[in-house]
Amino acid sequence: MPSICFYFQVHQPKRLRKYTIFDINNSHHYEDETANSQIMQKVANKCYLPMNQILLDLIHKHQGHFKIAFSISGVAIEQMKLYSPETLESFKRLVKTGCVELLGETYYHSLSAVFSETEFRRQIRKHKELMLHEFNYETKIFRNTELIYNDNIARIAEDEGFQAIITEGTEKILGWKSPNFVYKPVSAKNAKLLLKNYSLSDDIAFRFSNQAWNEFPLNTEKYSSWIYSLDGNAETINLFMDYETFGEHQWQETGIFEFMKVLPERILQHPSFSFNTPSEVIQKYEAKDFIASPNLISWADTERDLSAWMGNHIQDDSLEKIYSLEKRVYNTQNNNIIETWESLLTSDHFYYMCTKYFSDGDVHKYFNPYNTPYEAYINYQNVFTDFENRLIALEKANLKKAKFIAKKPSSLNTKKVLKLEKV
Amino acid sequence: MYGWEFPPFISGGLGIACHDITKALIEFGVEVNFVLPNFPSNLENKSQVNIINSSKIKVTRTDLLERKNSIKEFLNFYGIDTILSPYITEHEYLEKLEAIKDFSYFEESTNSYQLNINSNYGPNLLEEVSRYAFIAGFIAQKLEHDLIHVHDWMTVLAGIEARKFSKKPLIYHVHALETDRSDKSALNINVFNIEKYGLEQADKIIAVSYYTKNKIIENYGINPDKIHVVHNSVSKEKVTTLNNKIVTKKDGEKLVLFLGRVTYQKGPDYFLEAAAKVLQLDKNVQFVIAGHGDMINKLIERTAELKIGNKVRFTGFLNRAEVEALFQAADIYVMPSVSEPFGISGLEAALFDVPVILSKQSGISEVLHNSLMVDFWDTNELANQISSLLKNPALEKQILLGAAKELQESQWANSARKIIELYETIIKGTLKYA
Repeated sequence: MPSICFYFQVHQPKRLRKYTIFDINNSHHYEDETANSQIMQKVANKCYLPMNQILLDLIHKHQGHFKIAFSISGVAIEQMKLYSPETLESFKRLVKTGCVELLGETYYHSLSAVFSETEFRRQIRKHKELMLHEFNYETKIFRNTELIYNDNIARIAEDEGFQAIITEGTEKILGWKSPNFVYKPVSAKNAKLLLKNYSLSDDIAFRFSNQAWNEFPLNTEKYSSWIYSLDGNAETINLFMDYETFGEHQWQETGIFEFMKVLPERILQHPSFSFNTPSEVIQKYEAKDFIASPNLISWADTERDLSAWMGNHIQDDSLEKIYSLEKRVYNTQNNNIIETWESLLTSDHFYYMCTKYFSDGDVHKYFNPYNTPYEAYINYQNVFTDFENRLIALEKANLKKAKFIAKKPSSLNTKKVLKLEKV
Repeated sequence: MYGWEFPPFISGGLGIACHDITKALIEFGVEVNFVLPNFPSNLENKSQVNIINSSKIKVTRTDLLERKNSIKEFLNFYGIDTILSPYITEHEYLEKLEAIKDFSYFEESTNSYQLNINSNYGPNLLEEVSRYAFIAGFIAQKLEHDLIHVHDWMTVLAGIEARKFSKKPLIYHVHALETDRSDKSALNINVFNIEKYGLEQADKIIAVSYYTKNKIIENYGINPDKIHVVHNSVSKEKVTTLNNKIVTKKDGEKLVLFLGRVTYQKGPDYFLEAAAKVLQLDKNVQFVIAGHGDMINKLIERTAELKIGNKVRFTGFLNRAEVEALFQAADIYVMPSVSEPFGISGLEAALFDVPVILSKQSGISEVLHNSLMVDFWDTNELANQISSLLKNPALEKQILLGAAKELQESQWANSARKIIELYETIIKGTLKYA
């Protein structure tokens, strides 16, 4: 009885506005609200709203037999509230059906798992609170930014109360093993591991409209036959993808919506198959084996590593500089400073600085506000400089206050001492 | 091949490009005769190229009179005013030719003329160009060839004239256009017309960039199918490593360089405005404007007005060794051109491990992606980029790393290969010629 486990990633970064050296110390306004609002509304109209409606209809139609999961970043929720409240409402309607699971992740969609365990844990908790507050939902399964994963991340996620972790089903950690079973991280006590079936996931997410693909055009008949062929040889087929696949990466004109409207019905025609959420999958199936992942992996590019976000000089410089401020930022106890710093941790800022395919002209183009990785770096560094200057100013002000407070009682004490001496 | 410059005879950017292209073509086994307007006998041709000096070609009086009409037709059509003016009689024409002693002399023994063509871009340039074209016809008759390849407007009339006699296909290689050199209001209409006529007449056009290709389509109304893009490259041979002290840098001081003709096209005024903005925030920077041109005085005045005279240096015209010394000393090379068909100097700077800021209005930005790019008029952004580069060593490191890879890929051999491909399709093809 194999399960089909759909999980969709919803994330929109808060993009920075054009911020030059002339803005440093003059303006502390970093965000491009215009672009962020336009993009949120555009994606809402092309993807979130129509696709949410399709999923809601499917859930009603199949009366509890069609289930899915979402992971929605905190920064995406913040922007829905500001620019497209109807999108947030429609997600809430979906969650209320009981057929939708929400996953835990870092609030700021950050790389904190790699750079700071304390900040990683803070962002996980902040996101957990947000899900509770917005959806009255307690997340039980963890998925890290871009499915970034290693043994240590699994350990921390379990320690934060998660029952399972989601990552990429790459051969790098699977070897000859199949992604279509439940596993256990070597570093976990009880938590389980769910692995993306990247072949079947990418057939929808990347290849669906590719006319050069020898399986083009993909229809539900063909796709479900591939799924059926795994019967007897799989317990869970994990189809994980960006939610923007529907209507954005694959335009409406490609027929992606029609495909998804029919797919559940088609798959359910086979009596062995059912749709399950990640939480149901880990209840249903025992872990088949341990999986070790000493090195970091992710779901990105063909390398399935972190080279989209770190590794070149400008990315490493930016990451090193921003994470080095952590202690000082929290010492200020100033919420504005803390939140600004955290939002500068969003992984997309470093993604825009990727030079991997740059010379080939094949940039990471999707909603990238910059023409070149260098422009992205310059803008980020300018914002960083202003932010650091604010931090320094605040530290100085706090130090003065502290000295003032420290002085007062000591001067009183000396007076007392003097008095005592006189007596 | 018809060209106006060839080192050591005039070593401008065009000459160097012609030299390097020809050299690469010869290495692939292409036989090139390079026709120059002149080649003074005191200079030595160090290249493998067979140079033909137009000023040494002997023409009989009868030929001279017969042929002058063909060029005259064109000049007449566009109303270009030269001594080939249609209103003068043949006798007057010969008289005038002889009167200007510099450019022709009559040899009694062979009963023929030699026209001395002066190619120094003087006030009589149009006349020189037409005389050069005139001679080209004779050369085309005498020298066997499969193709005619001309470089820029000074030689395109020569190419058309040559084609009349040899009936061989004509390729017009565009390194620069009048619409690059001048503002629309200051356009030299004669030059523009020669370019337009040449572009229309040519069987194929080579543009040094997509940027230039688009200009040819938009400004001259030429069919895009006729235009092939072959990017320039840079010769990796450095002339010298001499410690040539053109400039001195104080401890920790950075040097930002402008290098090129100090003219409207190259945008030195934008460089200066950006310099003033950078200096507001960072005093430990020196700006060098290297080169000569008609905007020098205006710029010096503006420097005084901006009160940055102690931070801006004008070097005047530099020789090759001095240019290289300057590249060695520079921390950033800025090319803020208003319109730059290609811009080989950007590649040269990268060759010296200098990070480059390029005008978006340039052809080189199609090749050197690992650079910073700016709209030439956006001096705030230019200052932003200069300051960021000076402040962040990681940025410089990353740009140089990427640029080094791109430099490896940019080779004249690759440009030559593309040209040869074009040659072959033309020769094999069924093009009909005038």
